Amino acid sequence: MAAVVECGGDTNTKEKHMSLKKALSVASPLTLRIVAECSVTKARACDLILPHGGVITPVFMPVGTQGTMKGITSDQLEGLGCQICLGNTYHLGMRPGPELISKANGLHGFMKWKRNLLTDSGGFQMVSLVELSEVTEEGVKFKSPYDGKEILLSPEESISIQNCLGSDIMMQLDDVVSSTVTGPRVEEAMHRSIRWLDRCIAANQNPDKQNLFAIIQGGLNAELRKTCLDEMTKRDVPGFAIGGLSGGEEKDDFWQMVTLSTDHLPREKPRYLMGVGYAVDLVVCVALGCDMFDCVFPTRTARFGSALVPWGSLQLRQKQFAKDFQPIDPNCHCPTCKTHSRAYLHALFRNDTAAMHHVTIHNIFYQLTLMHSVRQSIIEDRFPEFVRTFMKRMFPSPDQYPGWAVDALASVNVTLD
Amino acid sequence: MASNRMKLELSRVVQGRSRLGVLTGLGRTSQHSLEIPGCLLYTHLGTVPHLTQDTLQTLRNIPSVTQVTLNHIAEQQEVLEDFKQGFTKFAGLHDTVLYCSLYDPAAPCPTGFNTNKTVSVWGSSGRIELTVDKFMALQKTVQPDWYQTMADGETWQNNTSRKRVRKSVDRTLAHLDECLLLHQKSQELEGAEVFGVVQGGDILEERERSARETAKRPVAGFCLDGFQSDSMDQSLRTQLIAAVSRVLPEDKPRLLQGVGRPDEVLDCVEAGVDLFEGFFPFQVTERGSALCFDFDISSNPERAGRAPPAVLELNDNQRDPAGDVPQNGDTNPEDQASVTPFEINLKDKRYRDDFRPLVEGCGCYCCTNHQRAYLHHLLVTNELLAGVLLMIHNVVHYQGFFSALREALANDKVELLKRRIRRPRDEQTESKE
Ligand SMILES: [Zn+2]
Ligand SMILES: [Zn+2]
Repeated sequence: MAAVVECGGDTNTKEKHMSLKKALSVASPLTLRIVAECSVTKARACDLILPHGGVITPVFMPVGTQGTMKGITSDQLEGLGCQICLGNTYHLGMRPGPELISKANGLHGFMKWKRNLLTDSGGFQMVSLVELSEVTEEGVKFKSPYDGKEILLSPEESISIQNCLGSDIMMQLDDVVSSTVTGPRVEEAMHRSIRWLDRCIAANQNPDKQNLFAIIQGGLNAELRKTCLDEMTKRDVPGFAIGGLSGGEEKDDFWQMVTLSTDHLPREKPRYLMGVGYAVDLVVCVALGCDMFDCVFPTRTARFGSALVPWGSLQLRQKQFAKDFQPIDPNCHCPTCKTHSRAYLHALFRNDTAAMHHVTIHNIFYQLTLMHSVRQSIIEDRFPEFVRTFMKRMFPSPDQYPGWAVDALASVNVTLD
Repeated sequence: MASNRMKLELSRVVQGRSRLGVLTGLGRTSQHSLEIPGCLLYTHLGTVPHLTQDTLQTLRNIPSVTQVTLNHIAEQQEVLEDFKQGFTKFAGLHDTVLYCSLYDPAAPCPTGFNTNKTVSVWGSSGRIELTVDKFMALQKTVQPDWYQTMADGETWQNNTSRKRVRKSVDRTLAHLDECLLLHQKSQELEGAEVFGVVQGGDILEERERSARETAKRPVAGFCLDGFQSDSMDQSLRTQLIAAVSRVLPEDKPRLLQGVGRPDEVLDCVEAGVDLFEGFFPFQVTERGSALCFDFDISSNPERAGRAPPAVLELNDNQRDPAGDVPQNGDTNPEDQASVTPFEINLKDKRYRDDFRPLVEGCGCYCCTNHQRAYLHHLLVTNELLAGVLLMIHNVVHYQGFFSALREALANDKVELLKRRIRRPRDEQTESKE
């Protein structure tokens, strides 16, 4: 991201451009069809149509930071039923850089992923990964960890890079403040994020094929959130993300901010809750009305041998699994569970990286399957029952249910027990 | 031995030594076969490095024989004893012939630990000392279709004394006899084929004695040990293998351990070797390289020119140390030193914007989908997918080489193949884009 590059359409031949236009006149870059709404909670099941195919929601989007889903091939990811995954603008902007990726026909072409991609703005990574970053009205200033050069990531620059990446959903650059920070900085960041949203909208060179989502900020302050919601929903953006959460705040604050946001977001546009991926959080936040989620956790934890199951997780590297000849989850239909036992995976972790790939596959499949079950229950209008069964399976006894989840679910009329 | 269902059918013997044929009746169901010259499927504990079973199954023409090594398996002895149904089932392997060898050909093994009664292997948590009893107890839990008998193979280092070499031959024969005794008493190993091990270091008479004595025992095939790539120059290796081949019976396969470079494979086939361990593609993968040597011996001149580019300039990423590509995923000097003329190292900056496949015309998953620039990116960012994609290509390319080798033997084109694979890289004319 050393320089702003113009690449919005310059790699496409005229012919390609024409055929694309034709296609777009039929289908706009984002269509949301609400398939079902829960009669008790705020949960909903939608079909999202994006430039690279359909996405059924609620959806979990695995994170492929550097243009790859860890050790999983694009074919495998597609085989698992994944319809959309993430790439990180900060990482890809650094290496291999936007010029190279646009030469490769965008991130889709570079990583050979036929389905949809969502890219973040790069701002979050910058603030969390790079020590020497400074936020001004112009943008986020930081020193490149690779060559020490000072770089400015402005809203325009972020969108320019994302235009090069060619993602189906782009995120606005927002002014990220840790969710534990309070005081005037939160308000400043919220207002700045609104101004940056306008600059991002103006900078988008491909509004006909790349959707730009706004990010609701405002920290844990309900009034600031509300102000941000009021302002941002005035803009005609194809979707909204709920940002600034999932950063170590109290869960009680977290769910209050989520539900406040969904209360004021337009029904006909998708709602993306950023950085959320634990199973319980997913189920509760679907109940609160969110459609899309992403998180590095399922794939990261897989590489340490942690396999997600309906009753929590298995630490496969622990000795107790050395002679456990069952699959990770006997009811799971993923390629790993169909082929390998816990004991074999336990042994393989000492011998080859493929062990990580096996667990990554299982965990992605677990997340996607969970969301499919959630969706099915919404469509059949038995979501509250699904939630009760899910919680019973996840926790050994009701007194171990997290208080925030009980409260959050009660707020949408689901009582556990 | 056992049932003698395995059969070697030779269709051609070129110049009295290079053998072309097929091993039939392999595996417990006798349904598998393996063409020779050929190579085995190299694995870590039954898994082809980096590849999940479903990815492996997408490759065409993978070898029908899978090699597992005792140094990985020995640590699982208790587990396998509990499991009782053998390693193939334990590892969830596909329908394959399972061959169990003593050592991992790609992992160097410290020497100096073998005694008259024991042999040491090195697992992920250290040294495991094997007696014949323990060795055979392990085989009973593994239940392989073929296995190499216990052997004292510490003679591959330079300057091993004649006395040490003789001792290694004697010990290995003694181990073989003990293994055979236990084998015949074992129900679990009924139907398994035993490969005896030919030792003898670099001493011709000891090589011949080892081969002759081993051949007197009821073995199904022979492992040729102590010829590891670094230990011996190729002319001596060829000479010794040729001598051993003259002593060994025609109708049993000869498996050469620790040799995998394409040029050395060709020479060893000419000396009478039938089978190789398939570890070379793994080593190439680990240093971030893709096999790219030309083995096309078809008469079609257009196809013949398809192989790739200059490797001679490989080391020139040192030329520009202040380059813009960060070095964290970069090649260490040792890796660079071991890069062979048969590969291109994708860590090299020249591939940063190279949008060609690894090898033009290669039908593997990697080459039909991905470009060198992407592999370069995965390598410099230390992404796990790099190993996966390179391994897919390298296994496929290496198998392609073996199939070209058989075709060359069948059609008197071995000399052409030799020239092809050794063609100096700077003669390549292919240009970027
Ligand atoms: Zn599974
Ligand atoms: Zn290939």
